[in-house]
Amino acid sequence: MTAFWKANQRKLAPWLFLAPGLLMFAVYVIGPIFESMWISLYDWDGLGEARWIGTANYVELFDDDAFYTSLKNNVIWLVLYMLAVPAGLLIAIFLNQTITGIRIYKSLFFFPFVISQVVVGLMFSWFYAPDFGLFYKLIEVFTGQGIAILAEDRFVTYGIIAAGLWPQIAYVMILYLTGLNNVAPDQVEAARLDGAKGWRMLWYVILPQLRPATFIAVVVTVIGALRSFDLVSIMTDGGPFGSSRVLSFYMYEQALSEYGYRMGYGAAIAVVLFAIMMVFISGFIWKMWRDETER
Amino acid sequence: MFPRPIQQTSPAAQTLYKVAVPVALILWLLPLLGVALTSVRPASDLAQGNYFGWPSSVAFSNYAEVFTKSPIAGYMLNSFKVTIPTVIGAVALSCMTGFALAVYRFRSNLLVFFMFVAGNFVPFQILMVPVRDLTLNLGMYNTWYGLALFHIAFQTGFCTLFMRNFIKALPFELIEAARVEGVSEWRIFWFVVLPLMRPAIAALSVLIFTFIWNDFFWATVLTTSAETQPITAGLSSLNGQWIAQWHLVSAGSILAALPPVLMFFLMQRHFIAGLTLGAVK
Repeated sequence: MTAFWKANQRKLAPWLFLAPGLLMFAVYVIGPIFESMWISLYDWDGLGEARWIGTANYVELFDDDAFYTSLKNNVIWLVLYMLAVPAGLLIAIFLNQTITGIRIYKSLFFFPFVISQVVVGLMFSWFYAPDFGLFYKLIEVFTGQGIAILAEDRFVTYGIIAAGLWPQIAYVMILYLTGLNNVAPDQVEAARLDGAKGWRMLWYVILPQLRPATFIAVVVTVIGALRSFDLVSIMTDGGPFGSSRVLSFYMYEQALSEYGYRMGYGAAIAVVLFAIMMVFISGFIWKMWRDETER
Repeated sequence: MFPRPIQQTSPAAQTLYKVAVPVALILWLLPLLGVALTSVRPASDLAQGNYFGWPSSVAFSNYAEVFTKSPIAGYMLNSFKVTIPTVIGAVALSCMTGFALAVYRFRSNLLVFFMFVAGNFVPFQILMVPVRDLTLNLGMYNTWYGLALFHIAFQTGFCTLFMRNFIKALPFELIEAARVEGVSEWRIFWFVVLPLMRPAIAALSVLIFTFIWNDFFWATVLTTSAETQPITAGLSSLNGQWIAQWHLVSAGSILAALPPVLMFFLMQRHFIAGLTLGAVK
């Protein structure tokens, strides 16, 4: 036994080190992904007997207006959430100076990201609150008529996205601040001697050096946009009349709320969301894989 | 340095900058400041419509009221009960997985690594039904450990990514030298690599603490009663009960935000190192 161990230690060791983590990950993450795909082919209330219905859940999705509303909102989230990337870069550039106390300023700017989205949601609900909310008042001053953002189906999704952008911009900002710290000073000086400044400097000299930061910023922003659940749940609970639902929220609503326990249908929605996210995840993995194997 | 250091510009521009930064900060944190102010505003102010003016008096009694009239202390305790074991568990597991993937060459190395990475990005909803079912079957539904166990497993994905990249950047000669000396693999892990991983462990601990403390989705899926719910889920249900009592909602919000904020301020450097996934050094 000891002889065998001595001879094969280097081969077995990685698997022994991996075993606990891999086991947990397989049971709680990898397994459930396939299980959900399987469940999406059943009609199941989570308690009784599950009944095989094949693709009926997906067929139903095709005619479900609520599904299309959620899908449309997801697209809006995805597009507008990307604003966090340039906005974060802008703030990072603004703060990348050395005046007294700048460190404190930087951490205070980062604050929103540390706070729970539940708290962020409550803050913005209060900010938007009809009749007395600061935002409502401001609109009233400028247009003479206040708007209850969270009660208007035309504006509600944008209102929630604005709340989501607040912490996301802070996150991107910190990524870029770290990135700007590592920009090669000699290249900047050389470009300056060549007369580059402002936008041209940013575009041709700085941004290429910030590419790793940009990559991570895009990854976390895309994932964050598609994962949005907390804010929708806290601020509007999907309303008014379901107009602020996103896929993640609609899935929860179908599978596990007062609207009933349609696990199969919920799983089908989750599979669609998963498929959408997989497109992005594959892209990220492909890029990381290339970087890894090139090294 | 980009942009051009402000010290190289005119004195007027420098003054302008020094004024602009705090002004921008106040605008940026306006929602937070508003809520902080409301949390110490007496209820009578709100009744009279004084929402944004200076509070007529500082009412710390709002906080006392939140503690005595709601189970918020219990919620916070539950959050700690879920968060601390998760931090320990996920960091411990990922030290090992990260070590395995960074140090050993074997055929499926990258495959296993990218499985962890990809798993870390999937939407929670694709896991929801099976994980809830599994937790029910294990008899752990609506318990802090049921929730913690899931968090440990899920966070292992992100932590593995981080740890593996960190160990990969360590000087490999150290491990080679130990092997030449005939040190066993476990002892290399324990005595050579682990002591060098302290900064990574610190960074991950603060980061995972914040992630788990702020988790709302899994708290609502895996816990249901006030005895087990963490603060995020608790605050959400309190919000339902405290309709229009904004001074209480605000005080509760500030309380819920406090632990991660403190954590961030105490461990700032580590926190930021963690956020960049170890990629932007």
